[in-house]
Amino acid sequence: MLSPFRLDLLGKYLCYAIVAVGISLAWGRGGMLTLGQGVFFGLGGYAMGMHLKLQDGELPDFMSWSGVEELPLLWKPFANPVFALAMVIVLPVLVATLLGLLVFRQRVRGAYFAVLSQALAAAFVILLIGQQGLTGGTNGLTNFQYFFGLDLYEDADRRILYLVTALILGASYLSVRQLVRSRYGQLLVAIRDGEDRVRFLGYDPALVKTVAFAVSAGLAGIAGALFVPLVGLLSPANLGIVASLELLVGVAIGGRYSLAGAVAGALLFNYAKTIFSEQWPDGWLYVQGALFVAVMVWAPRGLAGLSHQFRDALSSRRKVEVQA
Amino acid sequence: MSALLEVRGLNVVFSGFHAITDLDFTLQAGELRFLIGPNGAGKTTLIDVITGLTKPASGSVRFAGEDLAGKREYKIVRAGVGRTFQTSVVFDELSVLDNLDLAAGFRRRMTGLLRRRHGISDDVASALDTIGLGDLADRPAGVLSHGQRQWLEIGMLVVQRPRLLLLDEPVAGMSRDERDRTGELMQSVAKDHTVLVVEHDMAFLRRFASTVTVLHEGRLLCEGTVAEVQADPRVQEVYLGRKERV
Repeated sequence: MLSPFRLDLLGKYLCYAIVAVGISLAWGRGGMLTLGQGVFFGLGGYAMGMHLKLQDGELPDFMSWSGVEELPLLWKPFANPVFALAMVIVLPVLVATLLGLLVFRQRVRGAYFAVLSQALAAAFVILLIGQQGLTGGTNGLTNFQYFFGLDLYEDADRRILYLVTALILGASYLSVRQLVRSRYGQLLVAIRDGEDRVRFLGYDPALVKTVAFAVSAGLAGIAGALFVPLVGLLSPANLGIVASLELLVGVAIGGRYSLAGAVAGALLFNYAKTIFSEQWPDGWLYVQGALFVAVMVWAPRGLAGLSHQFRDALSSRRKVEVQA
Repeated sequence: MSALLEVRGLNVVFSGFHAITDLDFTLQAGELRFLIGPNGAGKTTLIDVITGLTKPASGSVRFAGEDLAGKREYKIVRAGVGRTFQTSVVFDELSVLDNLDLAAGFRRRMTGLLRRRHGISDDVASALDTIGLGDLADRPAGVLSHGQRQWLEIGMLVVQRPRLLLLDEPVAGMSRDERDRTGELMQSVAKDHTVLVVEHDMAFLRRFASTVTVLHEGRLLCEGTVAEVQADPRVQEVYLGRKERV
């Protein structure tokens, strides 16, 4: 058995792996380089955090510190568990759908889309920090005691929480795998490789891409909501530009075209981050950068794509031999 | 009977350059029409306007009585206009069969798309047969030769059962054999479709065309049978006579 401390970390990695499943769909299959998944992670996380802060019926601690005496209107509906759980998915999906329809209709794609999504993450953080009394500002939301009847300070209860997270990761993986193998999945790949051609086959690429983007946002939202009770804290640092990039780097290393590669990449990358940060705190950033560059240069399809790359290299060598 | 495609008073301007000027063009249902002209005559531009890729400065494009102006590209496809491009674009990672299936499913709703493909629909099977790529059905389209890619593209159009097919230089870059096969494929498709072909290749034109429309510098020069067009002195001057002996 893992020590409770290690188990805590594993729970966190599982959350990132759920986000990775979504990124693999949007980026690997749909070609949408989304650098702002932290926004959706945060929307789901705050929806859950707000509910957890209201479970004891008292005014959240940080509000009294910032001189807020009455529960803000925005917070009130989150006391209802059904509403909060629904918002965990609805908020990120809604934002992603609106954004997707808007920008994909205008044919914003490639690097432009990437920059836009990153700007969204920056704006979201500024908004959260600016609304100290409403969001807890830089400190975010902390001090959660219960999660739907589970005591977050009890090891036995925490183990149930990990199990739930692992199950949700499995379910996300299977659903997205089904999606990828369906006709929709083929259509998404076709749009990635020839958006204009697909348009002249009578499909609306904006709509198809928006669906994938919204699914990836929904998964990030669910992951954020699980992150809150598992880690016991959600602050703007968990969902800003750097955090959003880190969500992506794991997927790039593992292999964005492979769902399993993306999940394994996210788990390994975050595990490596923990190990390195413990041994050599200042060095991690360099290792991370070097790792990313190495993968982009030598294994652009990621670790899961190495066999594919190897096969390509072999077959092109064979072709040369045949010609010679 | 009214025409399937009616273009009236069409003007297309690209930042000051008049690509098409006052063009009237009519296509009857069931025709196989060739569109020729020297480079820059406005052939591809005309196709781009019909399919919604380029917006005209003025003029109207009516298809089966419906105005196509301002419609989004995929809606024009759904109205029954299909096209190919000069550079063939098929989806390399998908199999030949899946390429056809994708094209055939363009009217499927989102919920229908969420299922996996099981078996082969009749439309897809018959298109596969028409283009003669049955043996390669399960191979990824990336392995196809240039000619096979063009045939797959034509198959992807046919399987959508469009009322009008626009082929943009279907034999460009093809070998002699491939040209002949493409011509035969085109004629068999033209039996039950209306087809408009943009083509540069004169030998191909003489062999497979019946009616020809000649464009020159964005204007309609003349229209008629291959023999009539060949005999027209204006055509010889601007196009045929200059570069190629007819």
